[in-house]
Amino acid sequence: MNKLYIFLKYFFIVVWTVFVVAPFLWALTTSFKDFQSVNGGVTYIPWVDFEPNLEGWKVLIKSPAKGGVDIIEPYFNSMFVTCTASLISIILGTLSAYALSRYTFKAGFVKNNDITFFFISQRIMPPIVLSIPFFLFLSSINLLDSLTGLIVVYIVLLMPIAVWIMVDFFNKVPREIDETALIDGCNPYQAFLKVVLPNSIPGLIVAGMFCIIFGWIDFFFAFILTFTEVQLLPVKIVALNSSVTPWWSLSASALVSVAPLIIVAFIVERYLSKGNLSGAIK
Amino acid sequence: MDLVANNLSYKPDDQYHLNEVSFNFKEGNLYTILGRTLSGKTTLLKTIAGLLTPDSGEIEFDGKNFLKVPVWERNVAMVYQQFINYPHLNVFENIAFPLKQRKIDQSFINEKVMDALKSVGLVGYEKRKIQELSGGQQQRVSLARSLVKNAKILLLDEPLVNLDYKLREQLREEFKNLFSKGLADETILIYSTTDPRETMELNGEVIVLDEGKVLQVGPAKEIFENPNSLKVAEISNDPPMNIIEAKISDNNIKFEGINLEAPKHLSKLTEDGLKIGLRSSDIELNENGHEFEVELAEISGSETLLHLKRGDTKIIVSIEEVLNFKIHDKVKINFKIDRAYAFKADGKLASSPFGGLNG
Repeated sequence: MNKLYIFLKYFFIVVWTVFVVAPFLWALTTSFKDFQSVNGGVTYIPWVDFEPNLEGWKVLIKSPAKGGVDIIEPYFNSMFVTCTASLISIILGTLSAYALSRYTFKAGFVKNNDITFFFISQRIMPPIVLSIPFFLFLSSINLLDSLTGLIVVYIVLLMPIAVWIMVDFFNKVPREIDETALIDGCNPYQAFLKVVLPNSIPGLIVAGMFCIIFGWIDFFFAFILTFTEVQLLPVKIVALNSSVTPWWSLSASALVSVAPLIIVAFIVERYLSKGNLSGAIK
Repeated sequence: MDLVANNLSYKPDDQYHLNEVSFNFKEGNLYTILGRTLSGKTTLLKTIAGLLTPDSGEIEFDGKNFLKVPVWERNVAMVYQQFINYPHLNVFENIAFPLKQRKIDQSFINEKVMDALKSVGLVGYEKRKIQELSGGQQQRVSLARSLVKNAKILLLDEPLVNLDYKLREQLREEFKNLFSKGLADETILIYSTTDPRETMELNGEVIVLDEGKVLQVGPAKEIFENPNSLKVAEISNDPPMNIIEAKISDNNIKFEGINLEAPKHLSKLTEDGLKIGLRSSDIELNENGHEFEVELAEISGSETLLHLKRGDTKIIVSIEEVLNFKIHDKVKINFKIDRAYAFKADGKLASSPFGGLNG
């Protein structure tokens, strides 16, 4: 029984690992192949199966005039939009979440939980429903095809995530801690900044991570709300797919676009597993 | 500087948390709020601290309307029954927190914090994280933080209830020392508890609270000797006072076929529906006594609590030694009837052995 359990455990771990890692390996090898190696049958091992070259990667930084696609600018655009929108979402979302967690709001039948749900409902709606209003809205204030416009839209998309995670987190921080801070001479803002926030760092990290992921991977709104002036990375990657699919540069750009998320995940994982943060509140 | 409250009421749902509570607390005194759980003790303390605003009533401190002063300017200190400290700060920073808030000179803060650490016996723990301390130590940090402020009003909300027996005894002793050192004569100390023994030991002015209402106010000794009603007698005794439905006639107290000669202070009572109250410690085992059946015997510390039954009458007897009984054993007991109380049908005290009312 016990042996069977161990066998099954490792069996599924191995299956799952292959499932998760295989696409990366595939992308990694493909990015170093040329047309022949990609189309000439199944090959995996560099220098044995095929001769690796850097063409796929070079295309990414060459200017369009020289036949490249130059993803450097979209890359930094994406980073700028994601980070700015995430930061603003976290600040606004954390403040709203604290208010929703600690104070009672009532307007007719609308109460705290309804307001929290209203935030989440923004994410339940299919994005396509929002696309036309966003388009008209941005065009009316002349922010179509601009970084600022994208940031505004991304805040609308990311803030609900921050509110949702932080409300839950603040609800777990005992109210008595805020009360003690008030008794010890803090006004409500100081109590929030000096006592509640430092004890909510794990929640902030998780919320921040989700915001960055969801902002970074968005293709739909970046595609609809930008044309020529501004381009984000996901849109640019898709644009690579012309008449002859350049699998090598597609793979390279996919790896480049996933890299920041992997780095974020590693940092966060280290930070959270320090333990002193996750166990800050008994 | 007196803390005066008039008719404080607070009713957030369909139950009163505070019901017309009035008091006059004077500086340099210790006040104990005694009541069962959910009797409104915490609500009262939070109202004094300013964390809750009552629906009606007034609080004045030093002649000024206290309700208009926000919490952070009231200069009160509070210790919760849960051990509330700032988890992101170490012991020293926790205790220094209220002083830092006041922007006081760092060297003065250091001195004050070290004094506070000394008075709660935590010298050497400054650098520790709060999570690395035991419950008792955490509560000491919390106490030190409230002492360091020199607050005019110190609120202690059942500070010992979440500690284990030994630590509770030990900290209670330290509390008594701290309080008797006079903490400065200008402090109003307000201590809430469910434990009658704690109340008696602290020996301050007692306010008995039940369902948000003040039932009786007086020195601990007075509450113990002359509880003004059945409810107070129940709340201020642990185990609760035994209540026996009895008839008094011809100078005799009669119940369950037992006839006891009525002591002087009870002999004049003749009305119907009287209830006799007798503390569990005022009943003793005696071979010539009246026979009761054991329903349950529990050993608590060095004491044995016997739950006894005869007919419809159930009583609890506490015996100052550890004895073993089996359920359904027969025991013989004697009532120290001269220490019995009598309560009227409506629960009011009719007569007490210590001279309350008709005595």
